[in-house]
Amino acid sequence: MRVGVTVFPGSNCDRDALYAVERAGAIPVELWHADADLRGADAVVVPGGFSYGDYLRPGAIARFAKVMGPLEEFAKSGGPVLGVCNGFQVLTEAHLLPGALLRNATMRFVCRRVRARVEATDTPWTSLLERGEELALPVAHNEGNYFADERTLRVLEDEGRVVLRYLENPNGSLNDVAGICGPGRNVVGLMPHPERVSDDALGSDAGLRVFESVLRFVGARV
Amino acid sequence: MKVRVLVRPKSGILDPQGEAVRRALPALGFEGVKTVHIGRLVEMEVDSADEVEGMCKRLLANPTIEEYEWEVVQ
Repeated sequence: MRVGVTVFPGSNCDRDALYAVERAGAIPVELWHADADLRGADAVVVPGGFSYGDYLRPGAIARFAKVMGPLEEFAKSGGPVLGVCNGFQVLTEAHLLPGALLRNATMRFVCRRVRARVEATDTPWTSLLERGEELALPVAHNEGNYFADERTLRVLEDEGRVVLRYLENPNGSLNDVAGICGPGRNVVGLMPHPERVSDDALGSDAGLRVFESVLRFVGARV
Repeated sequence: MKVRVLVRPKSGILDPQGEAVRRALPALGFEGVKTVHIGRLVEMEVDSADEVEGMCKRLLANPTIEEYEWEVVQ
């Protein structure tokens, strides 16, 4: 089982994501932004960072990188895709996830661990978590303030597509949204960083199950 | 020709940058500022204005959170 991690100029969580993937038991595959295919990946992580310097808007330029073509096709055909932080921003810009991530309401870059509650476990990335479970996960972002129009937000809530919800909202996101999934549930975006807590040596391995979940999902599908 | 694109947060969308500036102005003694909204100005030199609308929609603005207007300035 191969899990790809996209690398754009300015990505800075790609190594952490590759490490978490490997630790979960999959083969980590680096996907360069200029790649024309996904190198046979069974699942793809779009990692955090500041792709293209966050110029224009976070994720706005990365969304048009070459690798995003095959990634969008992969996502639309049901392939598991996880966007973390800047990756979440890229996926909203690519319209693979609804809404947008605005500047934090506090106008401050927030970098700390926050408590969040798992709200949906019927996604490839959260199946090994427990619904209602509280996790302490690191956030590190300037634009994590989730926004969607009222109708979209209602659909997300009605369809149980808020995957992760802050118990202590660090950025002003609507409905305390920390993570959502797309209509097919295979595309998930999270502002917190599960890959940064994938090993007890990092203080916690609370995030490792996110990567183990996708292994189980792909394994079960084969 | 020169084209000027103005992108700004849609009305009703939280604009923390504008709000921070609105609060900073009275601190400098500028009174009576009711609202501040901060957007982005994009100036481009293009061969034709035909594609500008598409550029705004697809890249320069994010229609989920921003509105835009553009004009040929020269």
